Amino acid sequence: MGALKLCFVVQRPPYKSENARLALTHSISSQTAEIHLDDGDTIVPTLIFVGDGVLNAVKNQQAMKHYGVTSTENHIKNGLLIDMPVWICKEDMQRLGLTEAQVITDAEEMGAELKMKFASFDEIQKEMDACPHLLFF
Amino acid sequence: MGVFTIGAFPSLVGSGTLDFSFKLAEAAMAKGHTVNFWLSGNAVMMAKKGQRAFKDYSHVEKKMMELIGKGMETTVCEACAEARGYHKEDTPAGMKRASMDWYLAKTFKSDRVLHIGGE
Repeated sequence: MGALKLCFVVQRPPYKSENARLALTHSISSQTAEIHLDDGDTIVPTLIFVGDGVLNAVKNQQAMKHYGVTSTENHIKNGLLIDMPVWICKEDMQRLGLTEAQVITDAEEMGAELKMKFASFDEIQKEMDACPHLLFF
Repeated sequence: MGVFTIGAFPSLVGSGTLDFSFKLAEAAMAKGHTVNFWLSGNAVMMAKKGQRAFKDYSHVEKKMMELIGKGMETTVCEACAEARGYHKEDTPAGMKRASMDWYLAKTFKSDRVLHIGGE
Protein backbone atom coordinates (compact mmCIF):
# COMPACT_ATOMS: atom_id res chain seq x y z
CA MET A 1 0.00 0.00 0.00
CA GLY A 2 1.25 3.44 -0.78
CA ALA A 3 1.17 6.56 -2.85
CA LEU A 4 3.37 7.29 -5.83
CA LYS A 5 4.00 10.92 -6.71
CA LEU A 6 4.16 11.67 -10.41
CA CYS A 7 5.13 15.03 -11.89
CA PHE A 8 3.69 15.91 -15.28
CA VAL A 9 5.92 18.67 -16.59
CA VAL A 10 4.55 20.59 -19.57
CA GLN A 11 7.13 22.51 -21.62
CA ARG A 12 5.27 22.86 -24.90
CA PRO A 13 2.72 25.55 -25.80
CA PRO A 14 -0.92 24.61 -26.46
CA TYR A 15 -2.54 23.70 -29.80
CA LYS A 16 0.65 23.61 -31.89
CA SER A 17 1.10 19.99 -30.90
CA GLU A 18 -0.79 17.37 -28.94
CA ASN A 19 1.77 17.23 -26.11
CA ALA A 20 0.20 19.64 -23.65
CA ARG A 21 -3.24 18.10 -24.06
CA LEU A 22 -1.84 14.63 -23.48
CA ALA A 23 -0.20 15.86 -20.29
CA LEU A 24 -3.57 17.06 -19.08
CA THR A 25 -5.51 13.96 -20.04
CA HIS A 26 -2.85 11.63 -18.65
CA SER A 27 -2.57 13.51 -15.36
CA ILE A 28 -6.35 13.62 -14.92
CA SER A 29 -6.52 9.88 -15.58
CA SER A 30 -4.67 9.40 -12.29
CA GLN A 31 -8.14 9.52 -10.77
CA THR A 32 -8.97 6.11 -12.21
CA ALA A 33 -5.54 4.45 -12.10
CA GLU A 34 -6.56 2.66 -8.92
CA ILE A 35 -8.62 0.19 -10.92
CA HIS A 36 -5.31 -1.27 -12.11
CA LEU A 37 -3.59 -1.11 -8.71
CA ASP A 38 -3.71 -3.08 -5.48
CA ASP A 39 -6.03 -1.91 -2.73
CA GLY A 40 -4.69 1.17 -1.00
CA ASP A 41 -2.23 2.09 -3.75
CA THR A 42 -2.70 5.43 -5.42
CA ILE A 43 -1.11 7.83 -7.88
CA VAL A 44 -0.64 11.40 -6.67
CA PRO A 45 -0.06 13.75 -9.62
CA THR A 46 1.30 17.28 -9.80
CA LEU A 47 0.84 19.14 -13.08
CA ILE A 48 3.55 21.73 -13.68
CA PHE A 49 3.81 24.29 -16.47
CA VAL A 50 7.30 25.54 -17.27
CA GLY A 51 9.02 27.24 -20.21
CA ASP A 52 6.69 27.91 -23.12
CA GLY A 53 4.28 25.52 -21.42
CA VAL A 54 3.06 28.37 -19.20
CA LEU A 55 1.12 29.61 -22.25
CA ASN A 56 -1.30 26.72 -21.66
CA ALA A 57 -2.64 28.59 -18.66
CA VAL A 58 -3.66 31.77 -20.47
CA LYS A 59 -7.27 32.71 -19.67
CA ASN A 60 -10.24 33.03 -22.04
CA GLN A 61 -9.08 30.50 -24.62
CA GLN A 62 -11.41 30.13 -27.61
CA ALA A 63 -10.42 26.64 -28.76
CA MET A 64 -13.94 25.45 -29.45
CA LYS A 65 -14.63 28.50 -31.60
CA HIS A 66 -11.43 28.29 -33.63
CA TYR A 67 -10.44 24.62 -33.59
CA GLY A 68 -13.64 22.84 -32.61
CA VAL A 69 -11.99 21.19 -29.62
CA THR A 70 -12.19 21.63 -25.86
CA SER A 71 -9.71 24.13 -24.53
CA THR A 72 -6.59 23.52 -22.52
CA GLU A 73 -8.09 26.03 -20.10
CA ASN A 74 -11.05 23.74 -19.54
CA HIS A 75 -8.76 20.77 -18.89
CA ILE A 76 -6.69 22.76 -16.38
CA LYS A 77 -9.87 23.74 -14.56
CA ASN A 78 -10.98 20.11 -14.54
CA GLY A 79 -7.64 19.30 -12.95
CA LEU A 80 -8.25 21.84 -10.19
CA LEU A 81 -11.77 20.49 -9.76
CA ILE A 82 -10.44 17.02 -8.94
CA ASP A 83 -7.97 18.57 -6.47
CA MET A 84 -4.93 17.93 -8.62
CA PRO A 85 -2.17 20.40 -7.78
CA VAL A 86 -1.48 22.63 -10.78
CA TRP A 87 1.67 24.73 -10.66
CA ILE A 88 2.99 27.39 -12.99
CA CYS A 89 6.52 28.74 -13.08
CA LYS A 90 6.66 32.40 -12.05
CA GLU A 91 10.00 33.06 -13.73
CA ASP A 92 8.78 31.70 -17.07
CA MET A 93 5.61 33.80 -16.80
CA GLN A 94 7.76 36.89 -16.31
CA ARG A 95 9.95 35.90 -19.25
CA LEU A 96 6.88 35.85 -21.50
CA GLY A 97 5.40 39.01 -19.98
CA LEU A 98 2.46 37.17 -18.44
CA THR A 99 0.85 38.49 -15.28
CA GLU A 100 -1.30 36.57 -12.80
CA ALA A 101 -4.30 38.48 -14.11
CA GLN A 102 -3.79 36.93 -17.54
CA VAL A 103 -3.69 33.29 -16.47
CA ILE A 104 -6.04 30.79 -14.86
CA THR A 105 -5.94 31.17 -11.09
CA ASP A 106 -8.87 28.98 -10.06
CA ALA A 107 -11.97 27.15 -11.23
CA GLU A 108 -14.41 28.55 -8.71
CA GLU A 109 -17.20 28.68 -11.28
CA MET A 110 -16.94 24.87 -11.50
CA GLY A 111 -16.87 24.45 -7.74
CA ALA A 112 -13.15 23.77 -7.40
CA GLU A 113 -11.53 24.69 -4.12
CA LEU A 114 -7.93 24.23 -5.18
CA LYS A 115 -6.19 27.17 -6.83
CA MET A 116 -3.31 27.45 -9.26
CA LYS A 117 0.03 27.66 -7.48
CA PHE A 118 2.43 30.30 -8.76
CA ALA A 119 5.73 28.62 -7.97
CA SER A 120 9.33 29.63 -8.26
CA PHE A 121 11.63 27.35 -10.20
CA ASP A 122 13.29 26.39 -6.91
CA GLU A 123 9.95 25.15 -5.58
CA ILE A 124 9.32 23.27 -8.81
CA GLN A 125 12.77 21.71 -8.61
CA LYS A 126 12.03 20.46 -5.09
CA GLU A 127 8.71 19.00 -6.20
CA MET A 128 10.40 17.23 -9.10
CA ASP A 129 13.06 15.90 -6.69
CA ALA A 130 10.25 14.39 -4.62
CA CYS A 131 8.79 12.49 -7.57
CA PRO A 132 10.27 9.07 -8.41
CA HIS A 133 9.19 9.46 -12.03
CA LEU A 134 8.97 12.59 -14.16
CA LEU A 135 6.86 12.71 -17.29
CA PHE A 136 7.86 15.53 -19.64
CA PHE A 137 5.40 16.69 -22.26
CA MET B 1 15.98 -7.86 -12.69
CA GLY B 2 13.92 -4.72 -12.84
CA VAL B 3 10.64 -3.50 -14.24
CA PHE B 4 10.96 -0.87 -16.95
CA THR B 5 8.04 1.08 -18.39
CA ILE B 6 8.33 3.02 -21.63
CA GLY B 7 5.74 5.61 -22.59
CA ALA B 8 6.13 6.27 -26.32
CA PHE B 9 4.43 9.21 -28.00
CA PRO B 10 6.26 9.96 -31.31
CA SER B 11 5.07 8.92 -34.74
CA LEU B 12 6.54 6.03 -36.68
CA VAL B 13 7.36 7.77 -39.95
CA GLY B 14 8.94 11.19 -39.52
CA SER B 15 11.41 10.60 -36.75
CA GLY B 16 13.58 7.76 -35.58
CA THR B 17 12.36 8.13 -32.03
CA LEU B 18 9.77 5.37 -32.09
CA ASP B 19 12.35 3.02 -33.61
CA PHE B 20 14.66 3.94 -30.74
CA SER B 21 11.91 3.21 -28.21
CA PHE B 22 11.52 -0.35 -29.45
CA LYS B 23 15.27 -0.89 -29.71
CA LEU B 24 15.58 0.24 -26.10
CA ALA B 25 12.81 -2.15 -25.07
CA GLU B 26 14.58 -4.96 -26.91
CA ALA B 27 17.87 -4.19 -25.18
CA ALA B 28 16.20 -4.11 -21.76
CA MET B 29 14.45 -7.42 -22.37
CA ALA B 30 17.72 -8.96 -23.58
CA LYS B 31 19.17 -8.08 -20.19
CA GLY B 32 16.30 -9.86 -18.48
CA HIS B 33 14.20 -6.87 -17.45
CA THR B 34 10.42 -6.85 -17.61
CA VAL B 35 9.22 -4.19 -20.04
CA ASN B 36 5.83 -2.49 -20.21
CA PHE B 37 5.21 -0.43 -23.34
CA TRP B 38 2.59 2.32 -23.57
CA LEU B 39 1.69 3.77 -26.99
CA SER B 40 -0.02 7.13 -27.00
CA GLY B 41 -0.30 10.25 -29.16
CA ASN B 42 1.01 9.66 -32.69
CA ALA B 43 2.71 6.45 -31.58
CA VAL B 44 -0.67 4.75 -31.70
CA MET B 45 -0.07 4.20 -35.40
CA MET B 46 1.57 0.98 -34.20
CA ALA B 47 -1.96 -0.17 -33.38
CA LYS B 48 -2.67 -0.77 -37.07
CA LYS B 49 -1.73 -4.27 -38.10
CA GLY B 50 -0.50 -5.22 -41.54
CA GLN B 51 2.03 -2.43 -42.01
CA ARG B 52 4.07 -2.86 -45.12
CA ALA B 53 7.84 -2.68 -44.90
CA PHE B 54 9.61 -0.40 -47.32
CA LYS B 55 13.34 0.04 -47.17
CA ASP B 56 13.10 3.82 -47.11
CA TYR B 57 10.59 4.11 -44.24
CA SER B 58 10.80 3.12 -40.62
CA HIS B 59 9.26 -0.28 -40.04
CA VAL B 60 9.08 -1.65 -36.52
CA GLU B 61 5.97 -3.80 -36.58
CA LYS B 62 8.03 -6.97 -36.93
CA LYS B 63 10.24 -6.06 -33.99
CA MET B 64 7.23 -5.06 -31.91
CA MET B 65 5.50 -8.37 -32.58
CA GLU B 66 8.66 -10.27 -31.63
CA LEU B 67 8.84 -8.36 -28.35
CA ILE B 68 5.16 -8.92 -27.63
CA GLY B 69 5.78 -12.60 -28.30
CA LYS B 70 8.59 -12.55 -25.75
CA GLY B 71 6.29 -11.09 -23.10
CA MET B 72 6.48 -7.32 -23.49
CA GLU B 73 3.14 -6.04 -22.24
CA THR B 74 2.11 -3.54 -24.89
CA THR B 75 -0.94 -1.33 -24.58
CA VAL B 76 -2.26 1.39 -26.83
CA CYS B 77 -4.24 4.43 -25.74
CA GLU B 78 -7.74 3.56 -26.87
CA ALA B 79 -8.93 7.14 -27.24
CA CYS B 80 -5.83 8.22 -29.20
CA ALA B 81 -6.29 5.21 -31.50
CA GLU B 82 -10.00 5.71 -32.05
CA ALA B 83 -9.42 9.41 -32.80
CA ARG B 84 -7.17 8.33 -35.66
CA GLY B 85 -9.48 5.63 -36.96
CA TYR B 86 -7.56 2.65 -35.56
CA HIS B 87 -10.28 0.39 -34.22
CA LYS B 88 -10.27 -2.75 -32.15
CA GLU B 89 -10.28 -4.97 -35.23
CA ASP B 90 -7.14 -3.19 -36.53
CA THR B 91 -5.15 -3.97 -33.38
CA PRO B 92 -2.19 -6.37 -33.78
CA ALA B 93 -2.46 -9.67 -31.92
CA GLY B 94 -1.29 -9.43 -28.33
CA MET B 95 -1.61 -5.66 -28.08
CA LYS B 96 -4.07 -4.38 -25.48
CA ARG B 97 -6.22 -1.26 -25.62
CA ALA B 98 -6.80 0.78 -22.48
CA SER B 99 -7.26 4.27 -21.15
CA MET B 100 -4.40 6.41 -19.90
CA ASP B 101 -4.74 5.20 -16.33
CA TRP B 102 -3.09 1.92 -17.42
CA TYR B 103 0.16 3.78 -18.05
CA LEU B 104 0.07 5.61 -14.74
CA ALA B 105 -0.67 2.39 -12.90
CA LYS B 106 2.33 0.73 -14.55
CA THR B 107 4.60 3.50 -13.30
CA PHE B 108 3.61 2.53 -9.77
CA LYS B 109 5.52 -0.73 -9.79
CA SER B 110 8.28 0.23 -12.20
CA ASP B 111 11.89 0.66 -11.19
CA ARG B 112 12.40 3.02 -14.09
CA VAL B 113 10.03 4.93 -16.38
CA LEU B 114 11.19 6.46 -19.62
CA HIS B 115 8.66 8.83 -21.09
CA ILE B 116 9.56 9.42 -24.73
CA GLY B 117 7.64 12.47 -25.86
CA GLY B 118 6.03 13.23 -29.18
CA GLU B 119 6.91 15.72 -31.85
